[in-house]
Amino acid sequence: MHIDSIKNGIVIDHITAGRGMELYHLLGLDKLDCSIAIIKNVHSNKMGKKDIIKIDGEVVLDMKILGYVDPGVTVDIIKDGNLVEKKRISLPSEIKNVIFCKNPRCITSTEQELPHVFRLTDVENRVFRCIYCETKAD
Amino acid sequence: MRSLIDIQELSTAEIDELLKIAQDIINNPAKYSEMCKGKKLATLFFEPSTRTRLSFEAAMYELGGNVLSVSSAESSSAAKGESVADTAKTISNYADIIAMRHPKEGAPLVASMNATIPVINAGDGGHNHPTQTLADLCTIYCEKGRLDNMTVGLCGDLKFGRTVHSLIAAMARYENVKFVLISPVELKVPSYVKKDILKQKNIEYVQTTELEEVMPELDVLYMTRVQKERFFNEEDYLRLKDSYILTPEKLKNAKPDLSILHPLPRVNEIAVAIDDDPRACYFKQVYYGKIMRMSLILKALEVL
Repeated sequence: MHIDSIKNGIVIDHITAGRGMELYHLLGLDKLDCSIAIIKNVHSNKMGKKDIIKIDGEVVLDMKILGYVDPGVTVDIIKDGNLVEKKRISLPSEIKNVIFCKNPRCITSTEQELPHVFRLTDVENRVFRCIYCETKAD
Repeated sequence: MRSLIDIQELSTAEIDELLKIAQDIINNPAKYSEMCKGKKLATLFFEPSTRTRLSFEAAMYELGGNVLSVSSAESSSAAKGESVADTAKTISNYADIIAMRHPKEGAPLVASMNATIPVINAGDGGHNHPTQTLADLCTIYCEKGRLDNMTVGLCGDLKFGRTVHSLIAAMARYENVKFVLISPVELKVPSYVKKDILKQKNIEYVQTTELEEVMPELDVLYMTRVQKERFFNEEDYLRLKDSYILTPEKLKNAKPDLSILHPLPRVNEIAVAIDDDPRACYFKQVYYGKIMRMSLILKALEVL
């Protein structure tokens, strides 16, 4: 399979196989006009299989979403066809409106305008809890 | 001082300071009788709770302050659909401090994020109720003279009782506190409380279903109500309900200086015959609750 290399843009690499589409939607990439390639199940020596997203355009990615969904990814910034920066992603301490609290007793269930904020409370076990009711994210 | 939403926000030093002020209020009430003169407390209670609301209001009056009160959602602009955030912004123009009870978990946090004055959580659904825990701590501290080196028994519904979880977390900060958790199997302390608090801090605890067996070990006995609706079937409820009713007979082997606490309201889980026992502290607990709320208001308003 041949996919053109990009001149100015971003490559999201080392995505856990199967999570590419989820990231594509959560990052809002479906709303962009530029060329985007989602490559699934690419062979990887380290991971066995991985997904890759190539974005042919200069966009600002929400690193917190990336960190929450798949903290093992790397983000390569490409300028004039050259790799100028390689970013490693870490777990975010807080995420806003990425996931939504499902606790019917939470204040967010009745006040629709409130942002749904989850905070990282246990790094080891990747536990995020709603800041309002402390319900654990699924 | 900032708002108080969750007891865990307070450091041990801050809790100790609140207890110290509470003791001074008990010993010198006149010294505090005008400390909040000219200040207003808004009690915003969006669900009924006469006791907690009156406790806050009595606390403010005893400090020489005034009270503005909303005692139900129906009589407030919440009935017209106003958000908690807007209510908090509005009330900030009328009062100096807010005490809020709300049926939704997290509502007082939302209020504190939007108010320009301190917000005290007076209970948000089944989530947090920090001033109840402060009342419990103050009762134990004033009755025992310490918060360390003791065995605390918690009895009844240990699964759903928020006051129990908060008290375990707060008492676990002090040295050499051992817990005896007495409940039906169906209502045991949730595993996350054991994992996150007791096991993580290596705190000694025992789980049992028999109150009488462990009675001689206890320095404090914190009773809670076993509610019928918590059981899967009526048979289990009928089998277990009397095991967790404290009677003079069950106190036979208790220490002479045991302190019996209960967050109230009591239904039938403590026999009325125990009320006159000097070890019964649950009505004193109501008094300590008011004193502790006075202490908290003073710190929140930075009067002290």
